[in-house]
Amino acid sequence: MSEEEVFRIVIDPKDHRDLPRAVITDCPSHLMTKTGSWRTLRPIVDLEECIKCGICWKFCPDVSIEVKEEGAVVDYDYCKGCGICAKECPVDAIEMKKEADYV
Amino acid sequence: MSEMKIVSGNFAAAYGAKLSRVEVVAAYPITPQTEVVEKIAELVAEGEMDSEYIKVESEHSAMAACIAASNAGARAYTASSAHGLALMHELLIWASGARLPVVMTNINRAMGPPWSVWADHHDTLAQKGTGQLQFFCESNQEVLDSVIMAYKICEDEDIMLPAMVVEDAFILSHTKEPVEIYDQELVDEFLPSYDPDYKLDVDQPLGFGSLGMPDWYMDFRYKIAEAFEKAPDKIMEVNKEFEEVFGRDPGGLIEEYKTDGVDVLIVTMGSISSTSKDVIDELREEGHNVGLARLRTFRPFPVEEFRKLTKGVNVVGVMDRSYTFGHGGDAAREIKDALYGHRDVILKDYIVGLGGRDLTPKILKNVMLDAISLQDKGLDREIEWVDLRINQERWRR
Repeated sequence: MSEEEVFRIVIDPKDHRDLPRAVITDCPSHLMTKTGSWRTLRPIVDLEECIKCGICWKFCPDVSIEVKEEGAVVDYDYCKGCGICAKECPVDAIEMKKEADYV
Repeated sequence: MSEMKIVSGNFAAAYGAKLSRVEVVAAYPITPQTEVVEKIAELVAEGEMDSEYIKVESEHSAMAACIAASNAGARAYTASSAHGLALMHELLIWASGARLPVVMTNINRAMGPPWSVWADHHDTLAQKGTGQLQFFCESNQEVLDSVIMAYKICEDEDIMLPAMVVEDAFILSHTKEPVEIYDQELVDEFLPSYDPDYKLDVDQPLGFGSLGMPDWYMDFRYKIAEAFEKAPDKIMEVNKEFEEVFGRDPGGLIEEYKTDGVDVLIVTMGSISSTSKDVIDELREEGHNVGLARLRTFRPFPVEEFRKLTKGVNVVGVMDRSYTFGHGGDAAREIKDALYGHRDVILKDYIVGLGGRDLTPKILKNVMLDAISLQDKGLDREIEWVDLRINQERWRR
């Protein structure tokens, strides 16, 4: 489901008058709310080092890592920068860097 | 055909739920509420009531189950009392935030310690900020009537809020009175089935109760406030309709008893109101210009109605069967709040009957005479605890 399909109950609400009576959404609310914006540290994966073992994928509490063809890929829309992936990576391929340097 | 039965307040609540064709009941037993759910369990087991009866491990779970059922489009009901209600606290707030018209009966019981199972309004009033409509009943008939009415009010698209119909422990819950059990067809005519526009449906999935970031949370809460603003008119509208269909006025927001042109207005809630009315009669016969306002709807608080009712009144004597520490009696405080800047009136708060301490006609009369005496002597103190052991002689003489 794409972001555009969210809130079909109410399209582009301007104020409370456009809202449904309670928080009722057509799809998971995370499509509206990019919780990754809370992050202060950003995991940077060195794809040269990544062995695609999937340990980071397994440990990520926010299901924000996918192991793709090229290696572990972080979904920065939802990664909150907890650093568990970096801690657990057996080859130290993930480094936590200051988010401020990227925004 | 409607039939008169001699039933307890607990059974009246159960019959109210049955007549409302409640579809899901989830409850946990607690004295003095147990009979409500026992009776419903019996009605369901005997096939007299077509409901899902969910046994749960706590009151917290009871309301959680009712919330889920209501989200799925079912008419849901639960009942509790005192500590059970307190355990429900989080979910009471959830039900209003999610705008679910779950109706519950609470049997007003004192909170421990000291342990008590007797009448006291603190349990309900400690939940006054949870977004529940609150109806305080005077009689068993009113308990049954109010459950049916609560669904009608709460399921209105402008309201969509949960409600608590409350009755005093033992004085109503375990005392039998004649109660008219209405014909089902008549109730069906008054209360249509619940059919919300949004509900949990596997064929049309929706997300409920998700995150509200600071840029939207406040706007959702404002919508609840708007519903509460509309609630007083809706309550009166449904009250009128109820009277037309069933020939009985349950009391709306405030029941007025001989209040026309009175100098002294006494305010009561719940079961002491009926005794108080007799006392009012007695005092009027003795020449005192006194009347009684029974505060039936505590949430939404009838602010406008109190302003109207106190026009020309010299003294308002409020009997509170609860006390919020560091603040005072809840009804008295809220009436003061309503009258601020509108009425220059003496208002005295009488803390009475906590933990089931008996309120005899004599004590009630002495309270009213004290309120009457303030007309001449002025306000002696803002709050007075009545019939404490240290001052019992004064109130019982």
